[in-house]
Amino acid sequence: MIEKLNPIFVFSFFKKKEKKKDIHAQDRFFYFFLKALSWSLIFLFFYMLFVIFQMSWPAFSHFGMNFFVNADWNSWTQSFGALSLVYGTVVTSILALLLAVPVSVGVALFLSELAPNWLAKPLSFIVEMLAAVPSIVYGLWGLFVLAPLLRDYIQAFLSKYFHFLPFFQGPYYGVGMMCGGVILAIMIIPTISSVCREVFRTIPKSNREAVLGLGATRWEMLKIAVLRGSSTGIIGAVIMGLGRALGETMAVTMVIGNAPSIKISLFEPAQTMASILANQYAEADNELHLASLTAVGFTLFFLSLIINILAFLLVWKMKRSTTGISSTKRFSSASRGPSLSGLDYTGKEKKE
Amino acid sequence: MRIVYCILILSGLLPVASMGVASLKSDNKPLLINGAGASFPYILYSKWFLEYRKINPGIRINYRSIGSGGGIRQFLTGTLDFGATDVPMPKEQIQKSKKEILHLPTALGAVVVSYNLPAVEKKEIRLTASVLANIYMGKITKWNHKEISEINPDIALPDQNIVPVYRADGSGTTAVFTEYLAQFSSEWLQKVGKGKSVNWLTGIGGKGNEGVMGLIRKMPGAIGYVAMSYAVNRQLPMAEIQNMSGHFVKASTHTVKTSAQQILEKTNDLFHPLTAVQGTDVYPMSSYTYLLVYKEMTSDKGAALVQFLNWYLKNGQSFCESLHYIPLPSLVIQKVKHRVRSIKVTNDDRKT
Repeated sequence: MIEKLNPIFVFSFFKKKEKKKDIHAQDRFFYFFLKALSWSLIFLFFYMLFVIFQMSWPAFSHFGMNFFVNADWNSWTQSFGALSLVYGTVVTSILALLLAVPVSVGVALFLSELAPNWLAKPLSFIVEMLAAVPSIVYGLWGLFVLAPLLRDYIQAFLSKYFHFLPFFQGPYYGVGMMCGGVILAIMIIPTISSVCREVFRTIPKSNREAVLGLGATRWEMLKIAVLRGSSTGIIGAVIMGLGRALGETMAVTMVIGNAPSIKISLFEPAQTMASILANQYAEADNELHLASLTAVGFTLFFLSLIINILAFLLVWKMKRSTTGISSTKRFSSASRGPSLSGLDYTGKEKKE
Repeated sequence: MRIVYCILILSGLLPVASMGVASLKSDNKPLLINGAGASFPYILYSKWFLEYRKINPGIRINYRSIGSGGGIRQFLTGTLDFGATDVPMPKEQIQKSKKEILHLPTALGAVVVSYNLPAVEKKEIRLTASVLANIYMGKITKWNHKEISEINPDIALPDQNIVPVYRADGSGTTAVFTEYLAQFSSEWLQKVGKGKSVNWLTGIGGKGNEGVMGLIRKMPGAIGYVAMSYAVNRQLPMAEIQNMSGHFVKASTHTVKTSAQQILEKTNDLFHPLTAVQGTDVYPMSSYTYLLVYKEMTSDKGAALVQFLNWYLKNGQSFCESLHYIPLPSLVIQKVKHRVRSIKVTNDDRKT
């Protein structure tokens, strides 16, 4: 591998070409080219990490570890802490997942298993179109349409009948953590459902037929053959959705109320890491303020990294511990099963 | 494969080719002047640069509204020929710069307080600094509070919750609003502070003028502050604000112009906040928006920029009112003209 990257090798490879036509030259060139591209991505990742860390260093050295446990974001007294922002980000993202995952898995099941072909095609097209709507459009729609709707109907209802729960207490204005979560849910549904659909497609037909042959009803077949067999793939899809929810900026900024504080009630305004960057970065003219904002960016970077690693471990553990249906899968044509990204759905082996 | 090679080779050649074309064209290319900064004056500046290009086609001025903070940063690193900001640069930043920087006021902008109270229809309520400060510090929570009804004896104020709305993104609008409140309330200065982003104690934050606008319009009982042009365009009610001599004044071109004139007469300072004004006809919440240029510039670009500066002081002011900006009073124009005259343009050594 290493000598292929060696410039001498490249040189000799050109020299050889002069002597006689090397029929594998194109292959090697292509391999080299793609390899360079992949490495440049890895390099880019670490370079970004380095630059962000370097820019946020003044904040880390000034506040130390306090930066992560301080819930105060006060640009007047120059006291900056990321805790309330982390809280806002995590709560809205979890809320979005709670709302979006059942809907997306349901939509994916319907489209891939139940819907007739004439309906499935246009419907899945429309669901995927939702992903193409710019986020500022979602944001303005959320501010002008969704927030008043939430306030007048859903929050009024929750506040009346469920006010014993700490999540639904206090005055409600429409905008706030709940509105942010709902907007995010709508935005990540197309992502999760389209990946889930691809995952369901990788389940071989013979699995379904076998379960049906054992006398299962349609629902039991979906449960045993489709859902259970693709659980790792579904988790992969959920993580993709979560990634989008964590980093979503404009739509959330418009509807979350932008108040960096930690409150239990979902009616209260909050602030996410991405939205405070969108709000304050352009106008920050103070060194420490700017560094703290960059440090928030670094924290967000790190948080999504941790979540991705956890998801990877979860998928890995599930793959190892699942028995039964997955052991039959091992002998089927889709021997590898759906991968984390859910994109490896061709059923072919990656490497011979 | 051959196609791939062709693409690769072509893409390698493309920059070279375009460079060749560019060098051929460079003889009759217009002189490009780059600026960036505050978003508040963006509409006015775009109009100016467009009109100026009609008169003087040899000069092309680009302006990007990236926010004052970003504009100042890029201006200091020398990426830009001029910057723009709504709030004068902090003193330590000016001192850090190697070259002397001039602030040139270009126009005035007013901040108005608007509200959503269907019960009082379009009547203009009166507000004092102490009432506003108490609303935004969470001490006054109902519209029919004693302090508000005392200064509005003619208006039947409803028993409704007040929802304070603020600008969540750093902005000159917030700087003017908090400057006005801090001047009258020392408690405000201590707890909330003043500047482009402050430590809000209660309320909901909207992003940008349009975000604040949307929140006010969609939430009955809301109160918020926006740039005057937004309230005028959308025909929102504007409160009468009490100035230092106790008069309640409505924002208008006339009242803002008079207050700028008054402050300049009194202090002879173009940086002084325009909030401490006295009289029947002066509005206390307004500010200049500034262009930033270096006092010493090199020729071609420097000369062209000075030419433009003189043009905006003479002819450009007439565009202000149709775009809902407030033109500079004559005394200010005189003073700025004096400043422009002090700019030194030297010959560019590299050219000769």
